[in-house]
Amino acid sequence: MTAARTAYLGVRLLDPASGLDQTGALLTEGGVIADLGPGLFADGVPEGIDRVDGRDLALAPGLIDMHAHLREPGAEHQETLSSAGAAAAAGGITTLIATPNTMPVIDEVALVEFVARRGLESCAVRVLPMAAATKGLAGLEMTEMGLLAQAGAVAFTDGDRALADPRLMRRALAYASTFGLLLVQPVEEPALARDGMMNEGEIAMRLGLAGIPTVAETILVERDLRLVELTGGRWHAAHLSTAQAIDAVRQAKHRGLTISAGAAPANFALNETAVGEYRTFAKVKPPLRSEDDRQAVVAGLRDGTIDVISSGHAPQDADSKRLPFAQAAFGIVGLETMLPLALELWHNGSLPLLTLLKAMTCRPAEILGLAQGRLAIGAPADLVLLDLSVPWRIDERRFRSKSRNSPFGGRPVQGRAVRTIVAGRTVFDRTEEA
Amino acid sequence: MTASQDTAPSRPFPHRHLLGIEGLTPDEIGLLLDQAEASVAQNRQVDKKRSDLRGLTQINLFFEESTRTRTSFELAGKRLGADVINMSVATSSIKKGETLIDTAMTLNAMNPDLLVVRHPHSGAVELLSQKVACAVINAGDGSHEHPTQALLDALTIRRRKGRLSGLLVAICGDILHSRVARSNIHLLNTMGARVRLVAPPTLLPASVERLGVEVHHDMRRGLADCDIVMMLRLQSERMHGAFVPSIREYFHFWGLDYDKLASARPDALIMHPGPMNRGVEIDSAVADDIDRSVIREQVEMGVAVRMACIEILTARLRHPERVS
Repeated sequence: MTAARTAYLGVRLLDPASGLDQTGALLTEGGVIADLGPGLFADGVPEGIDRVDGRDLALAPGLIDMHAHLREPGAEHQETLSSAGAAAAAGGITTLIATPNTMPVIDEVALVEFVARRGLESCAVRVLPMAAATKGLAGLEMTEMGLLAQAGAVAFTDGDRALADPRLMRRALAYASTFGLLLVQPVEEPALARDGMMNEGEIAMRLGLAGIPTVAETILVERDLRLVELTGGRWHAAHLSTAQAIDAVRQAKHRGLTISAGAAPANFALNETAVGEYRTFAKVKPPLRSEDDRQAVVAGLRDGTIDVISSGHAPQDADSKRLPFAQAAFGIVGLETMLPLALELWHNGSLPLLTLLKAMTCRPAEILGLAQGRLAIGAPADLVLLDLSVPWRIDERRFRSKSRNSPFGGRPVQGRAVRTIVAGRTVFDRTEEA
Repeated sequence: MTASQDTAPSRPFPHRHLLGIEGLTPDEIGLLLDQAEASVAQNRQVDKKRSDLRGLTQINLFFEESTRTRTSFELAGKRLGADVINMSVATSSIKKGETLIDTAMTLNAMNPDLLVVRHPHSGAVELLSQKVACAVINAGDGSHEHPTQALLDALTIRRRKGRLSGLLVAICGDILHSRVARSNIHLLNTMGARVRLVAPPTLLPASVERLGVEVHHDMRRGLADCDIVMMLRLQSERMHGAFVPSIREYFHFWGLDYDKLASARPDALIMHPGPMNRGVEIDSAVADDIDRSVIREQVEMGVAVRMACIEILTARLRHPERVS
C-alpha cells in the first residue's frame, strides 16, 4: 500500500529557513514533504494524488509554540491535551512545547513519557514535553536531566518560576552542558517581583497596585548571561518584556554568546494601559510593560535579538480571574491568537513576513533540534495553509481552548490558518467549521 | 470656592457610586462639601436625627478591620434615618470561601439602597459595584482610594482656612501603602492646592511625581512654608527594617515634632487620619496641641461628610423626578 499523497497547488510557498517566497506547489507523501517548488505539477497532477487548491493562500511550515502551559495532568478543568490540540490546530500551530508545571510536576522519566504518550493519544498536534529543571520546581535539587532528555524532554525549565539561586543556576547550566541540553528561564528575579501585580509605574501607582519593576527582569537576565559565559551552558529566555533586558541580550549576542530568547504576543501587542481599571484578563507574566518596552520587543524581533515568538498560553478558569486584581491568577490563553497577533507586525510594516514566520517555525526548531519547521524535501509534513490578510475579529467565546482568559476579545485582526496539517494529515480545516 | 449651600441649585450628582476622588470635578467635590456643611450644624444639635432616608437600607460591608470609619458611616446613616446594618469579615461568608462577587450578588438580592464597602485589595470595591444595583461608597480599597477621608480632610481645611485653592499642603509618611494619600492628592490638586510629599524613598510609590506633586525626602525642607501638615500612619509591620530601619530612626527624621514643624507656616494646621502612633509618626504634644492640631475636628467632619455622600448618592432614589 502506498502512502497517502496530497498536492497543495497554486500556493504562495513561504519557507523562512531557505528564504523561499514564491508561488508553486508542494507534495506530501505520508508524513513527509516529498517535493516542492514553483514548477512542480506545471504539467498537471498525476492520478492518485489528492489535491488542495491553495490559490490566494500561503503555505508555510506549521508553527512551533515553544512555551505553552497545557495544564494536563492536574488541571483538566482549565485545559487538556485534547482541547489544547484543537486550539493549537485552529491557530496554525503543529508543535506544542509543554511546560512541566503541572500537577504532578513533570520531573521524572515516567511523567515525561506520560505526557508524550497522552499527546499522541489525544492531541491533534505534536506535543513535546519540557521537563522540570529542579525536582518539584522547588529550586533546590536538579532533576535527572540526562535521563529525562533520553525519555523525550526537549528542554528544561521550572515553568513560570525562575531558577533563582545563582549557585544552583550555575550548576544546572554546567551540568546540562554535558549533554548539550537547553535551559529555558522565565526571566524574573522573584524577590524583586514579589507581591507585584503589574508593571511598576504610573498606572500601578494610580491603581494602588504593587509593581513588578523592570529591573527584576534585567537583573536576572544579566546574571544569567554571566553564568552562561562562565559555564558554556545553553540558555533561552522564555519571554523578554523590557527594553533593558532585550538590550542586555543583544549585547551578549554581540559578544558571541550562543543564547536565545522569546517574546509573547501580549508583550508586543499590548502595553500596560490594557490593565485599565483592574482588568484581570490583562494580568500576566511577564507583565504588560510601558509603550517604550513594547516597541523594544518589536525592535528585538526585527533585528533577531528575540529569536522566538511563543504563545505563553496560560489557561485560567473564570473563577481564577473574577476576583480583585491582587487575588486573580496571572495568565492569558494564546494558542488561537498567536498567529493573528504576530501577523499584525507584518501588516503594520514592523517586520518582514519571513522574519516573522521564522520566529515561529525554523528558529524554534533550530534551538530545540527539531526536524520540522521548514519546507524541505524529507522534512516532516507539518504545514499551515494561511489566508494572510482576511480580516476578522477575535471572539473568545469561540475559542476551542477550555479557558477564555484573553484580553484580545473583540480585537480586529488580519490573517489566520485555513488548514493545518500534521505529518501530512489535515488536523484542522476551516472550511469544515460551522 | 464653589457655590455655597444657599445658592446651590439641586444639581444632580452624576455618579451612581463614590469609588474614588480621581475623576471628580471641582464642582462635584464642592457639592459634596457644601452639603456636608449643613450636616455639621445638624450634628451639633441636641436632636441629631432626621428622617429623610426613612425606609432606605444601608449595609456597611467591611472586609478589613475598622472601628472609627465603620462607626462614622453607621452614625451618618442613622442620623439621616436609614436602617443601617454592619457586616464585618469575621461574620461574613467570605471566610467560608465565598467569592467577593458571590457576596455582592447575595447582598444585592436583599435590595439594599446603599453599600459602604472597605476591602484590603485595590479595585475590589469597584469590582463589587459592577455587580450590584444599589449605590456603593468606597470606604477604602487596598492602597487605592479612600474618598470620604479626603473629603473630610478638605472640609476641615476649608472651614479653618476658608479655602483650598492656593494652599500648600505637605503629606508626610507612608505614601506607598496609603489610600488616604492618593485620594488627598487627587482632591487637593483638583481644588487648586499645591501638594508636597515628604517620605523616605522606600515609602514612596514609583512614578508618584506623575500625580503632579513635589517630592521631598528632607522633612524640614518639605514642610517649609506649608499651610497644612498631614501625617500618615505607619503600620507596625513596616517599622522594623523592611521599609525603615527602626521606629527611633523614623521618628528622628520623619516624625512630626515642634522642631520640624517650625519650618511650616506659624498658622499651619496638623492633621492625621487616625489612628495615631504617638512617638512614631507624630510627637504626642504636637498631636494634642489645641492651637495647631485639628485631628479631633477631622473625626467630627467625617460624620458630616459621610452624611453628605449618603444623601447625595441616594437622592435619585428619593427624588427620581430630579434626575434626568
